[in-house]
Amino acid sequence: MHIADLSLGILGANGIVAGGIPIAVGAALSARLRGTDQVVACFFGDAAVNQGAFHEGVNLAAAWKLPVVFVCENNLYGVSTRITETFPLEKIADRAAGYGIPGVTVDGNDVLAVYKAAQEAVGRARDGKGPALLVGDTYRWEGHFYGEPGLYRTKEELESWKAADPIPRFAGYLAEKGWGAEVERIAGEVKDEVERAARFAIESPLPDPATLLDNVFVPF
Amino acid sequence: MRELSYVQALNEAIREEMSRDEKVFMLGEDIAGVHGGAFKVSKGLTEEFGPERIRNTPISEAVIIGAALGAAITGMRPIAELMYLDFSAVAMDQIVNQAAKIRYMLGGQSRVPLVIRGQGGSGRGNAAQHSQSLEAWFCHIPGLIVIQPSTPYDAKGLLKSAIRNDNPVMFIEHKMLYSSKGLVPEEEYLVPIGKAEIKRAGTDVTIIATSWMVFRALGAAEQLAADGVDAEVIDPRTLVPLDKETILSSVRKTNRAVVVHEATRFSGIGAEIAAMIQEEAFDDLDAPVFRLGGKFTPIPFSPVLEKSAIPTQEEIVAAVKALL
Repeated sequence: MHIADLSLGILGANGIVAGGIPIAVGAALSARLRGTDQVVACFFGDAAVNQGAFHEGVNLAAAWKLPVVFVCENNLYGVSTRITETFPLEKIADRAAGYGIPGVTVDGNDVLAVYKAAQEAVGRARDGKGPALLVGDTYRWEGHFYGEPGLYRTKEELESWKAADPIPRFAGYLAEKGWGAEVERIAGEVKDEVERAARFAIESPLPDPATLLDNVFVPF
Repeated sequence: MRELSYVQALNEAIREEMSRDEKVFMLGEDIAGVHGGAFKVSKGLTEEFGPERIRNTPISEAVIIGAALGAAITGMRPIAELMYLDFSAVAMDQIVNQAAKIRYMLGGQSRVPLVIRGQGGSGRGNAAQHSQSLEAWFCHIPGLIVIQPSTPYDAKGLLKSAIRNDNPVMFIEHKMLYSSKGLVPEEEYLVPIGKAEIKRAGTDVTIIATSWMVFRALGAAEQLAADGVDAEVIDPRTLVPLDKETILSSVRKTNRAVVVHEATRFSGIGAEIAAMIQEEAFDDLDAPVFRLGGKFTPIPFSPVLEKSAIPTQEEIVAAVKALL
């Protein structure tokens, strides 16, 4: 879950819903103070927009016009609770108006629609015009946790979203444009890479208990 | 050597570190411009370093700490000011779940050169939500350094060390100490993190006291001296990491110990220090380690009640006499 590589600018996912939003705002502040043209993309789910950290983070980024794009993946559920029970507006993107920033809703299962909206938001942030809230409507196929029975949603609902799977949809579009072989090549490479990573994880030794306290502090 | 107040010493530490390293910047509520902070710690710094490096934030403690953390892991060295340490409660996720753990959770990838400054304590009629001594909260979280300076000298030297350290530091000042004065050298110096100081040498009993209570302990020691009791007063200065050796070697010499802090006695840092002494110097003790701390109550607004909520010099004297 906490996939991160600071050397690539990937600051990690977060175990606390909305916990990463203030941190992303700080990374954007840092980019400005260091004089880089970096833009921060901050990802979270629909449930995060009801946390105080979301409000504090988006407000500060807007007040300081920081280069950050807030990307909400709206998959309709926070664990088992449907967004209609917890969110009073029609659209999550409508929240943006309260911060005086653009709020854009796109079909989150349409790769090109997401790409175009993101390009615009990133360009705006890079031009010093401040943050935007980009909401992609999508769905979570699996449970919130492994082995979850998923009693809170219907089979029909799940199947209708599976039919809207963005990957075959985009692959179909590329095939129509004559890129079918390239898509297959990339799919094969990705499958290999994932399998190698899984093998590496399985074959790696378990940690030595002597390393338990490593990295609690930077030694000083 | 010249005299500076505690607040001047802190201000000088920040000024020197900001001049030394352009990555150092400060953010917090009402810290910028002519206002210069609720307690004037950042007075004059905006004029010198500009509003980009001395940043007024909204009253949004979670994002003050979170943004400071995000800046810290991407190459900056932020100082985040919490106007009152009580407000850390609003930012606890960012302090406890984020700042303290990010390095560990990312397998050591990150350094977190982040200082979270704030002041705590009673004595000023600020009542229940602006007077707490919360250091034990932070001591309980692996990954946080916890510092409580009592003198201007320590305040300056420890803040400079904290700013240069690559770990998140809770730097806890005391509102009643800002105007207190002490000798501070003109030339640059650092006070190392994790080193206690013997504030008064003595042979009969060890009084371990923190923050404002250091001065009550020193007053008690003078009072005791008049009665022929020679007390040693130790200020741990840093609670995490705790300088056990200075405390233990003193107790091995005096054979008696009293721990004094303003925070609620129950589950306070004094319990940890007393337990440590009893585990590691039991054979040297001639009496049980005694703890003095705040009563188990919110800090009341009434000045009469407020005064009686925390240890007094007389109580320290009485506690020592009971051990002899």
